[in-house]
Amino acid sequence: MSGEAIVFYLLAAVTLASGVIVVTSENIVHSAAALVPSFLGVTGLYILLNAEFVAGIQVLIYAGAITVLILFAIMLTEGGTGFGTRQRNEQAAVGAAVAAAMAVLLIVIATRTGWTAGSGTLPLYTPGVIGQSFLRQNILVFEGTSVVLLISLMGAILIARRED
Amino acid sequence: MDWIRDILRAVVGTIIIFSAVAFIAVMFGVLLERKVSAWMQSRLGPKHVGPQGLLQTVADTIKLLQKENIVPTRADPIIFASAVIIVPLAALLDYVVIPFGTTRSGPLIFRDLNIGVLYFAATSSLVVIGILMAGWGSNNKYALLGGLRSAAQMVTYEIPIGLVLVTVALMAGSLSTVTIVNGQARLWYIVAQPVAFLVFLIAATAEVNRAPFDLVEAESELVAGYFSEYSGMRFALFQLGEYGEMFALAAMAVTLFLGGWHGPVLPPVLWFVIKLYALIFVFMWVRWTYPRIRIDQMLNFSWKVLIPVSVLNLIVTAFFVVMAHR
Repeated sequence: MSGEAIVFYLLAAVTLASGVIVVTSENIVHSAAALVPSFLGVTGLYILLNAEFVAGIQVLIYAGAITVLILFAIMLTEGGTGFGTRQRNEQAAVGAAVAAAMAVLLIVIATRTGWTAGSGTLPLYTPGVIGQSFLRQNILVFEGTSVVLLISLMGAILIARRED
Repeated sequence: MDWIRDILRAVVGTIIIFSAVAFIAVMFGVLLERKVSAWMQSRLGPKHVGPQGLLQTVADTIKLLQKENIVPTRADPIIFASAVIIVPLAALLDYVVIPFGTTRSGPLIFRDLNIGVLYFAATSSLVVIGILMAGWGSNNKYALLGGLRSAAQMVTYEIPIGLVLVTVALMAGSLSTVTIVNGQARLWYIVAQPVAFLVFLIAATAEVNRAPFDLVEAESELVAGYFSEYSGMRFALFQLGEYGEMFALAAMAVTLFLGGWHGPVLPPVLWFVIKLYALIFVFMWVRWTYPRIRIDQMLNFSWKVLIPVSVLNLIVTAFFVVMAHR
Protein backbone atom coordinates (compact mmCIF):
# COMPACT_ATOMS: atom_id res chain seq x y z
CA MET A 1 0.00 0.00 0.00
CA SER A 2 1.37 3.39 -0.91
CA GLY A 3 1.83 6.12 1.64
CA GLU A 4 -0.95 8.11 0.04
CA ALA A 5 -3.40 5.24 0.50
CA ILE A 6 -2.43 4.81 4.16
CA VAL A 7 -2.97 8.52 4.78
CA PHE A 8 -6.29 8.37 2.94
CA TYR A 9 -7.58 5.49 5.06
CA LEU A 10 -6.37 7.13 8.28
CA LEU A 11 -8.11 10.40 7.42
CA ALA A 12 -11.25 8.60 6.32
CA ALA A 13 -11.30 6.65 9.58
CA VAL A 14 -10.94 9.86 11.64
CA THR A 15 -13.69 11.58 9.63
CA LEU A 16 -16.11 8.67 9.86
CA ALA A 17 -15.42 7.77 13.50
CA SER A 18 -16.04 11.34 14.66
CA GLY A 19 -19.08 11.51 12.38
CA VAL A 20 -20.51 8.48 14.17
CA ILE A 21 -19.91 10.22 17.52
CA VAL A 22 -21.69 13.34 16.21
CA VAL A 23 -24.90 11.44 15.47
CA THR A 24 -24.86 8.93 18.33
CA SER A 25 -23.57 10.90 21.34
CA GLU A 26 -26.03 11.41 24.18
CA ASN A 27 -24.50 14.77 24.99
CA ILE A 28 -25.10 17.55 22.49
CA VAL A 29 -21.86 19.37 23.35
CA HIS A 30 -19.90 16.18 22.68
CA SER A 31 -21.62 15.99 19.30
CA ALA A 32 -20.64 19.56 18.47
CA ALA A 33 -17.04 19.03 19.61
CA ALA A 34 -16.76 15.82 17.59
CA LEU A 35 -17.50 17.87 14.46
CA VAL A 36 -13.98 19.36 14.72
CA PRO A 37 -11.98 16.16 14.02
CA SER A 38 -14.51 15.29 11.33
CA PHE A 39 -13.97 18.63 9.56
CA LEU A 40 -10.20 18.37 10.01
CA GLY A 41 -10.23 14.88 8.47
CA VAL A 42 -11.99 16.30 5.41
CA THR A 43 -9.37 19.08 5.36
CA GLY A 44 -6.68 16.41 5.24
CA LEU A 45 -8.41 14.80 2.26
CA TYR A 46 -8.45 18.16 0.47
CA ILE A 47 -4.74 18.57 1.11
CA LEU A 48 -4.19 15.04 -0.23
CA LEU A 49 -5.93 16.18 -3.43
CA ASN A 50 -3.63 19.26 -3.65
CA ALA A 51 -6.56 21.60 -2.99
CA GLU A 52 -4.81 23.79 -0.41
CA PHE A 53 -7.06 26.79 -0.80
CA VAL A 54 -10.23 24.77 -0.19
CA ALA A 55 -8.49 23.10 2.77
CA GLY A 56 -7.66 26.48 4.31
CA ILE A 57 -11.23 27.69 3.82
CA GLN A 58 -12.55 24.42 5.29
CA VAL A 59 -10.60 24.99 8.52
CA LEU A 60 -11.42 28.71 8.70
CA ILE A 61 -15.16 28.40 8.00
CA TYR A 62 -16.16 24.96 9.22
CA ALA A 63 -13.76 24.00 12.01
CA GLY A 64 -13.18 27.59 13.12
CA ALA A 65 -16.48 29.40 12.63
CA ILE A 66 -19.37 26.94 12.23
CA THR A 67 -18.37 24.80 15.22
CA VAL A 68 -17.92 27.87 17.41
CA LEU A 69 -21.32 29.11 16.29
CA ILE A 70 -22.95 25.77 17.15
CA LEU A 71 -21.21 25.57 20.55
CA PHE A 72 -22.14 29.19 21.25
CA ALA A 73 -25.78 28.55 20.39
CA ILE A 74 -25.93 25.43 22.58
CA MET A 75 -24.37 27.17 25.56
CA LEU A 76 -26.51 30.30 25.31
CA THR A 77 -29.86 28.56 24.94
CA GLU A 78 -31.91 27.33 27.84
CA GLY A 79 -30.92 23.88 29.06
CA GLY A 80 -27.58 24.47 27.41
CA THR A 81 -25.84 22.19 29.86
CA GLY A 82 -26.24 19.48 27.24
CA PHE A 83 -27.57 16.95 29.71
CA GLY A 84 -31.01 15.45 29.36
CA THR A 85 -31.50 16.41 25.73
CA ARG A 86 -32.57 13.35 23.78
CA GLN A 87 -30.87 13.16 20.41
CA ARG A 88 -32.85 10.25 18.99
CA ASN A 89 -36.58 9.79 18.57
CA GLU A 90 -38.80 6.92 17.48
CA GLN A 91 -37.78 7.45 13.84
CA ALA A 92 -34.17 6.39 14.46
CA ALA A 93 -34.69 3.02 12.73
CA VAL A 94 -36.21 4.64 9.62
CA GLY A 95 -33.39 7.16 9.50
CA ALA A 96 -30.77 4.44 9.79
CA ALA A 97 -32.44 2.46 6.98
CA VAL A 98 -32.45 5.52 4.68
CA ALA A 99 -28.81 6.23 5.49
CA ALA A 100 -27.83 2.61 4.77
CA ALA A 101 -29.73 2.63 1.47
CA MET A 102 -28.01 5.89 0.53
CA ALA A 103 -24.61 4.41 1.38
CA VAL A 104 -25.29 1.31 -0.74
CA LEU A 105 -26.38 3.51 -3.64
CA LEU A 106 -23.26 5.68 -3.41
CA ILE A 107 -20.95 2.66 -3.15
CA VAL A 108 -22.58 1.06 -6.20
CA ILE A 109 -22.24 4.28 -8.20
CA ALA A 110 -18.63 4.76 -7.14
CA THR A 111 -17.61 1.21 -8.00
CA ARG A 112 -19.56 1.04 -11.30
CA THR A 113 -18.15 4.30 -12.65
CA GLY A 114 -15.04 4.02 -14.76
CA TRP A 115 -12.75 6.68 -13.32
CA THR A 116 -10.70 7.52 -16.39
CA ALA A 117 -7.83 9.90 -15.87
CA GLY A 118 -8.18 13.04 -17.96
CA SER A 119 -5.38 13.94 -20.34
CA GLY A 120 -3.47 17.20 -20.56
CA THR A 121 -2.17 19.42 -17.80
CA LEU A 122 -4.11 20.49 -14.73
CA PRO A 123 -5.62 23.96 -14.87
CA LEU A 124 -3.68 26.55 -12.89
CA TYR A 125 -4.84 26.39 -9.28
CA THR A 126 -4.02 29.45 -7.21
CA PRO A 127 -6.07 31.77 -5.01
CA GLY A 128 -5.72 34.36 -7.77
CA VAL A 129 -7.31 32.12 -10.40
CA ILE A 130 -10.11 31.18 -7.99
CA GLY A 131 -10.80 34.87 -7.31
CA GLN A 132 -10.84 35.63 -11.05
CA SER A 133 -13.35 32.86 -11.68
CA PHE A 134 -15.57 34.13 -8.87
CA LEU A 135 -15.64 37.63 -10.33
CA ARG A 136 -15.86 36.67 -14.03
CA GLN A 137 -17.61 33.45 -15.15
CA ASN A 138 -19.33 32.73 -11.84
CA ILE A 139 -20.19 36.24 -10.70
CA LEU A 140 -23.94 35.58 -10.75
CA VAL A 141 -23.66 32.54 -8.48
CA PHE A 142 -21.22 34.36 -6.20
CA GLU A 143 -23.44 37.41 -5.77
CA GLY A 144 -26.54 35.21 -5.43
CA THR A 145 -24.91 33.38 -2.52
CA SER A 146 -24.07 36.63 -0.78
CA VAL A 147 -27.68 37.83 -1.13
CA VAL A 148 -28.91 34.56 0.41
CA LEU A 149 -26.49 35.00 3.34
CA LEU A 150 -27.57 38.61 3.81
CA ILE A 151 -31.25 37.63 3.87
CA SER A 152 -30.65 34.87 6.43
CA LEU A 153 -28.70 37.32 8.59
CA MET A 154 -31.52 39.88 8.44
CA GLY A 155 -34.09 37.18 9.12
CA ALA A 156 -32.20 36.01 12.19
CA ILE A 157 -32.07 39.56 13.57
CA LEU A 158 -35.79 40.04 12.84
CA ILE A 159 -36.75 36.85 14.69
CA ALA A 160 -34.41 37.45 17.62
CA ARG A 161 -35.47 41.11 18.09
CA ARG A 162 -39.23 40.51 17.91
CA GLU A 163 -39.89 40.98 21.63
CA ASP A 164 -38.38 44.48 21.73
CA MET B 1 10.16 6.56 0.41
CA ASP B 2 9.27 10.22 0.16
CA TRP B 3 6.42 10.09 2.60
CA ILE B 4 8.50 8.54 5.40
CA ARG B 5 10.95 11.42 5.01
CA ASP B 6 8.05 13.87 5.09
CA ILE B 7 6.61 12.33 8.25
CA LEU B 8 10.04 12.40 9.92
CA ARG B 9 10.41 16.03 8.90
CA ALA B 10 7.02 16.82 10.39
CA VAL B 11 7.87 15.08 13.68
CA VAL B 12 11.24 16.82 13.99
CA GLY B 13 9.65 20.14 13.03
CA THR B 14 6.95 19.74 15.64
CA ILE B 15 9.51 19.00 18.35
CA ILE B 16 11.63 22.00 17.31
CA ILE B 17 8.63 24.37 17.17
CA PHE B 18 7.26 23.09 20.46
CA SER B 19 10.54 23.43 22.37
CA ALA B 20 11.32 26.80 20.82
CA VAL B 21 7.87 28.14 21.67
CA ALA B 22 7.92 26.63 25.17
CA PHE B 23 11.38 27.91 26.10
CA ILE B 24 11.96 31.08 24.08
CA ALA B 25 8.41 32.40 23.81
CA VAL B 26 6.57 31.20 26.89
CA MET B 27 9.16 30.77 29.64
CA PHE B 28 11.12 33.84 28.67
CA GLY B 29 7.91 35.68 27.77
CA VAL B 30 6.41 35.15 31.23
CA LEU B 31 9.64 36.30 32.87
CA LEU B 32 9.76 39.35 30.60
CA GLU B 33 6.14 40.12 31.41
CA ARG B 34 6.90 40.08 35.14
CA LYS B 35 10.06 42.13 34.73
CA VAL B 36 8.36 44.71 32.50
CA SER B 37 5.37 45.01 34.82
CA ALA B 38 7.71 45.39 37.79
CA TRP B 39 9.66 48.08 35.96
CA MET B 40 6.45 49.97 35.08
CA GLN B 41 5.29 49.81 38.70
CA SER B 42 8.69 50.69 40.23
CA ARG B 43 9.28 47.24 41.67
CA LEU B 44 12.14 44.81 41.15
CA GLY B 45 10.21 41.73 40.02
CA PRO B 46 11.60 38.18 40.33
CA LYS B 47 15.16 38.44 41.55
CA HIS B 48 16.20 35.40 43.57
CA VAL B 49 16.18 32.30 41.33
CA GLY B 50 19.23 32.38 39.09
CA PRO B 51 21.11 35.52 38.00
CA GLN B 52 18.67 38.49 38.15
CA GLY B 53 15.75 36.04 38.51
CA LEU B 54 16.39 34.54 35.05
CA LEU B 55 15.44 31.03 36.12
CA GLN B 56 12.22 32.04 37.91
CA THR B 57 9.91 30.59 35.23
CA VAL B 58 11.91 27.35 35.11
CA ALA B 59 11.35 26.97 38.84
CA ASP B 60 7.66 27.80 38.42
CA THR B 61 7.29 25.20 35.67
CA ILE B 62 8.93 22.51 37.81
CA LYS B 63 6.59 23.46 40.63
CA LEU B 64 3.55 23.22 38.34
CA LEU B 65 4.70 19.81 37.06
CA GLN B 66 4.60 18.45 40.61
CA LYS B 67 1.15 19.79 41.44
CA GLU B 68 -1.80 17.46 41.78
CA ASN B 69 -4.05 17.33 38.75
CA ILE B 70 -7.54 18.21 39.98
CA VAL B 71 -10.66 17.51 37.95
CA PRO B 72 -13.90 18.93 39.44
CA THR B 73 -16.46 16.21 40.29
CA ARG B 74 -19.22 17.59 38.07
CA ALA B 75 -16.91 18.47 35.19
CA ASP B 76 -17.10 16.68 31.86
CA PRO B 77 -13.85 14.66 31.93
CA ILE B 78 -13.36 14.25 28.16
CA ILE B 79 -14.10 17.86 27.21
CA PHE B 80 -12.14 19.10 30.25
CA ALA B 81 -9.04 17.13 29.27
CA SER B 82 -9.13 17.69 25.51
CA ALA B 83 -9.55 21.47 25.77
CA VAL B 84 -6.05 21.62 27.26
CA ILE B 85 -4.58 20.07 24.14
CA ILE B 86 -6.45 22.17 21.56
CA VAL B 87 -5.37 25.62 22.80
CA PRO B 88 -1.56 25.12 22.69
CA LEU B 89 -1.83 22.95 19.55
CA ALA B 90 -3.67 25.68 17.62
CA ALA B 91 -1.04 28.20 18.74
CA LEU B 92 1.83 25.93 17.66
CA LEU B 93 0.27 25.35 14.21
CA ASP B 94 0.56 29.11 13.52
CA TYR B 95 4.34 28.87 13.40
CA VAL B 96 4.42 26.68 10.27
CA VAL B 97 4.11 29.68 7.92
CA ILE B 98 6.25 32.23 9.76
CA PRO B 99 9.55 33.03 8.02
CA PHE B 100 12.11 33.56 10.76
CA GLY B 101 14.95 34.66 8.53
CA THR B 102 16.86 33.77 5.43
CA THR B 103 19.94 31.71 4.69
CA ARG B 104 21.97 31.10 1.55
CA SER B 105 19.77 28.10 0.69
CA GLY B 106 16.50 30.01 0.98
CA PRO B 107 14.19 31.46 3.60
CA LEU B 108 14.13 29.91 7.06
CA ILE B 109 10.54 28.74 7.24
CA PHE B 110 9.00 25.42 8.12
CA ARG B 111 6.92 25.39 4.94
CA ASP B 112 6.22 28.20 2.50
CA LEU B 113 2.56 27.45 1.76
CA ASN B 114 0.99 29.27 -1.17
CA ILE B 115 -1.99 29.97 1.10
CA GLY B 116 0.24 31.10 4.00
CA VAL B 117 -1.82 34.03 5.29
CA LEU B 118 -5.10 32.13 4.94
CA TYR B 119 -3.55 29.19 6.81
CA PHE B 120 -2.56 31.52 9.65
CA ALA B 121 -6.10 32.91 9.93
CA ALA B 122 -7.53 29.39 9.88
CA THR B 123 -5.30 27.91 12.59
CA SER B 124 -5.59 30.87 14.92
CA SER B 125 -9.40 30.59 14.71
CA LEU B 126 -9.18 27.07 16.21
CA VAL B 127 -8.13 28.44 19.62
CA VAL B 128 -11.71 29.56 20.29
CA ILE B 129 -12.99 25.97 20.25
CA GLY B 130 -10.50 24.98 22.96
CA ILE B 131 -11.47 27.97 25.10
CA LEU B 132 -15.20 27.32 24.73
CA MET B 133 -14.68 23.64 25.60
CA ALA B 134 -12.59 24.55 28.65
CA GLY B 135 -15.24 26.99 29.85
CA TRP B 136 -18.13 24.57 29.39
CA GLY B 137 -16.29 21.43 30.49
CA SER B 138 -15.31 22.91 33.86
CA ASN B 139 -18.97 23.11 34.95
CA ASN B 140 -18.33 26.42 36.65
CA LYS B 141 -20.35 29.56 35.93
CA TYR B 142 -17.31 31.84 35.89
CA ALA B 143 -15.48 29.54 33.52
CA LEU B 144 -18.52 29.32 31.23
CA LEU B 145 -18.96 33.11 31.22
CA GLY B 146 -15.27 33.52 30.43
CA GLY B 147 -15.51 31.01 27.60
CA LEU B 148 -18.58 32.68 26.08
CA ARG B 149 -17.04 36.13 26.33
CA SER B 150 -13.91 34.81 24.70
CA ALA B 151 -15.86 33.30 21.81
CA ALA B 152 -17.75 36.55 21.19
CA GLN B 153 -14.55 38.56 21.42
CA MET B 154 -12.36 36.37 19.25
CA VAL B 155 -15.00 35.88 16.55
CA THR B 156 -15.54 39.66 16.44
CA TYR B 157 -11.87 40.59 16.26
CA GLU B 158 -11.03 37.90 13.71
CA ILE B 159 -12.88 39.96 11.09
CA PRO B 160 -10.62 43.05 11.21
CA ILE B 161 -7.57 40.73 11.33
CA GLY B 162 -8.83 38.91 8.24
CA LEU B 163 -9.48 42.19 6.40
CA VAL B 164 -5.97 43.40 7.25
CA LEU B 165 -4.48 40.11 6.01
CA VAL B 166 -6.35 40.56 2.72
CA THR B 167 -5.10 44.16 2.43
CA VAL B 168 -1.47 43.12 2.83
CA ALA B 169 -1.94 40.17 0.47
CA LEU B 170 -3.27 42.66 -2.11
CA MET B 171 -0.16 44.83 -1.70
CA ALA B 172 2.16 41.85 -2.16
CA GLY B 173 0.01 40.14 -4.78
CA SER B 174 0.35 36.82 -2.95
CA LEU B 175 -0.81 34.93 0.11
CA SER B 176 2.63 33.42 0.70
CA THR B 177 4.40 34.91 3.72
CA VAL B 178 7.82 34.66 2.03
CA THR B 179 6.58 36.64 -0.98
CA ILE B 180 5.09 39.23 1.38
CA VAL B 181 8.43 39.67 3.16
CA ASN B 182 10.28 39.83 -0.16
CA GLY B 183 7.88 42.56 -1.29
CA GLN B 184 9.13 44.72 1.60
CA ALA B 185 12.80 44.69 0.60
CA ARG B 186 12.68 48.38 -0.29
CA LEU B 187 9.79 49.74 1.75
CA TRP B 188 8.12 48.20 4.79
CA TYR B 189 4.36 47.93 4.53
CA ILE B 190 3.96 49.86 7.79
CA VAL B 191 4.86 52.99 5.78
CA ALA B 192 2.30 52.29 3.05
CA GLN B 193 -0.34 50.83 5.39
CA PRO B 194 -0.14 52.58 8.78
CA VAL B 195 -3.91 52.22 9.35
CA ALA B 196 -3.83 48.50 8.66
CA PHE B 197 -0.90 48.08 11.07
CA LEU B 198 -2.75 49.91 13.82
CA VAL B 199 -5.92 47.86 13.26
CA PHE B 200 -3.89 44.64 13.30
CA LEU B 201 -2.15 45.59 16.54
CA ILE B 202 -5.42 46.44 18.31
CA ALA B 203 -7.23 43.37 17.01
CA ALA B 204 -4.26 41.13 17.90
CA THR B 205 -4.35 42.41 21.48
CA ALA B 206 -8.02 41.45 21.65
CA GLU B 207 -7.42 38.14 19.90
CA VAL B 208 -4.93 37.02 22.57
CA ASN B 209 -7.21 38.29 25.38
CA ARG B 210 -4.75 40.77 26.85
CA ALA B 211 -5.52 43.98 28.69
CA PRO B 212 -7.25 46.31 27.94
CA PHE B 213 -9.29 43.55 26.26
CA ASP B 214 -8.87 40.80 28.88
CA LEU B 215 -12.57 40.52 29.74
CA VAL B 216 -12.20 36.78 29.31
CA GLU B 217 -10.10 36.41 32.44
CA ALA B 218 -11.12 39.58 34.27
CA GLU B 219 -9.93 38.70 37.78
CA SER B 220 -12.27 41.13 39.52
CA GLU B 221 -15.40 39.48 38.13
CA LEU B 222 -14.59 36.04 36.72
CA VAL B 223 -11.83 34.57 38.98
CA ALA B 224 -9.58 33.50 36.09
CA GLY B 225 -12.18 33.04 33.35
CA TYR B 226 -12.19 29.86 31.33
CA PHE B 227 -9.22 28.27 33.09
CA SER B 228 -10.40 28.87 36.67
CA GLU B 229 -10.67 25.14 37.35
CA TYR B 230 -7.40 24.06 35.81
CA SER B 231 -4.45 23.26 38.04
CA GLY B 232 -0.85 22.17 37.69
CA MET B 233 0.52 21.40 34.26
CA ARG B 234 -2.87 21.87 32.60
CA PHE B 235 -2.82 25.50 33.73
CA ALA B 236 0.71 25.75 32.37
CA LEU B 237 -0.45 24.41 29.00
CA PHE B 238 -3.07 27.17 28.78
CA GLN B 239 -0.35 29.69 29.52
CA LEU B 240 1.72 28.07 26.79
CA GLY B 241 -1.19 28.46 24.38
CA GLU B 242 -1.75 32.10 25.29
CA TYR B 243 1.85 33.22 25.11
CA GLY B 244 2.41 31.05 22.02
CA GLU B 245 -0.50 32.79 20.31
CA MET B 246 0.77 36.22 21.35
CA PHE B 247 4.24 35.53 19.95
CA ALA B 248 2.70 34.07 16.77
CA LEU B 249 0.60 37.21 16.22
CA ALA B 250 3.59 39.45 16.92
CA ALA B 251 5.69 37.40 14.49
CA MET B 252 2.92 37.75 11.92
CA ALA B 253 2.84 41.52 12.46
CA VAL B 254 6.62 41.60 11.88
CA THR B 255 6.18 39.54 8.71
CA LEU B 256 3.31 41.62 7.36
CA PHE B 257 4.36 45.15 8.26
CA LEU B 258 7.90 45.41 9.65
CA GLY B 259 9.76 43.85 6.74
CA GLY B 260 10.25 40.42 8.32
CA TRP B 261 13.94 39.54 8.35
CA HIS B 262 15.06 42.60 6.32
CA GLY B 263 17.52 44.98 7.95
CA PRO B 264 21.06 46.31 7.55
CA VAL B 265 24.37 44.87 8.90
CA LEU B 266 23.02 42.34 11.43
CA PRO B 267 22.11 38.77 10.34
CA PRO B 268 18.46 38.34 9.18
CA VAL B 269 17.37 36.04 12.03
CA LEU B 270 18.63 38.53 14.60
CA TRP B 271 16.66 41.32 12.92
CA PHE B 272 13.54 39.20 13.07
CA VAL B 273 14.03 38.48 16.80
CA ILE B 274 14.72 42.16 17.57
CA LYS B 275 11.53 43.28 15.82
CA LEU B 276 9.56 40.47 17.43
CA TYR B 277 10.60 41.41 20.96
CA ALA B 278 10.05 45.09 20.24
CA LEU B 279 6.42 44.29 19.39
CA ILE B 280 6.09 42.01 22.41
CA PHE B 281 7.30 44.89 24.53
CA VAL B 282 4.57 47.10 23.03
CA PHE B 283 1.97 44.46 23.95
CA MET B 284 3.25 44.38 27.55
CA TRP B 285 3.51 48.16 27.74
CA VAL B 286 -0.15 48.47 26.72
CA ARG B 287 -1.19 45.76 29.17
CA TRP B 288 0.38 47.44 32.18
CA THR B 289 -0.71 51.00 31.36
CA TYR B 290 -4.35 50.75 30.23
CA PRO B 291 -7.34 49.81 32.40
CA ARG B 292 -9.77 47.11 31.30
CA ILE B 293 -12.79 48.24 29.25
CA ARG B 294 -16.34 46.88 29.39
CA ILE B 295 -17.46 44.02 27.15
CA ASP B 296 -20.12 46.06 25.30
CA GLN B 297 -17.63 48.88 24.68
CA MET B 298 -15.21 46.34 23.34
CA LEU B 299 -17.61 44.61 20.95
CA ASN B 300 -18.99 47.97 19.78
CA PHE B 301 -15.46 49.18 19.12
CA SER B 302 -14.77 46.30 16.77
CA TRP B 303 -18.10 46.39 14.91
CA LYS B 304 -18.45 50.17 14.67
CA VAL B 305 -14.86 51.35 14.35
CA LEU B 306 -12.32 48.68 13.45
CA ILE B 307 -14.36 46.80 10.82
CA PRO B 308 -15.57 49.90 8.88
CA VAL B 309 -12.07 51.38 8.98
CA SER B 310 -10.44 48.20 7.71
CA VAL B 311 -13.07 47.74 4.98
CA LEU B 312 -12.47 51.32 3.80
CA ASN B 313 -8.73 50.76 3.94
CA LEU B 314 -9.15 47.58 1.88
CA ILE B 315 -11.21 49.37 -0.78
CA VAL B 316 -8.72 52.25 -1.05
CA THR B 317 -5.81 49.80 -1.26
CA ALA B 318 -7.57 47.73 -3.91
CA PHE B 319 -8.21 50.91 -5.92
CA PHE B 320 -4.55 51.94 -5.87
CA VAL B 321 -3.32 48.41 -6.59
CA VAL B 322 -5.57 48.24 -9.66
CA MET B 323 -4.43 51.72 -10.79
CA ALA B 324 -0.77 50.75 -10.38
CA HIS B 325 -1.20 47.59 -12.45
CA ARG B 326 -3.05 49.34 -15.24
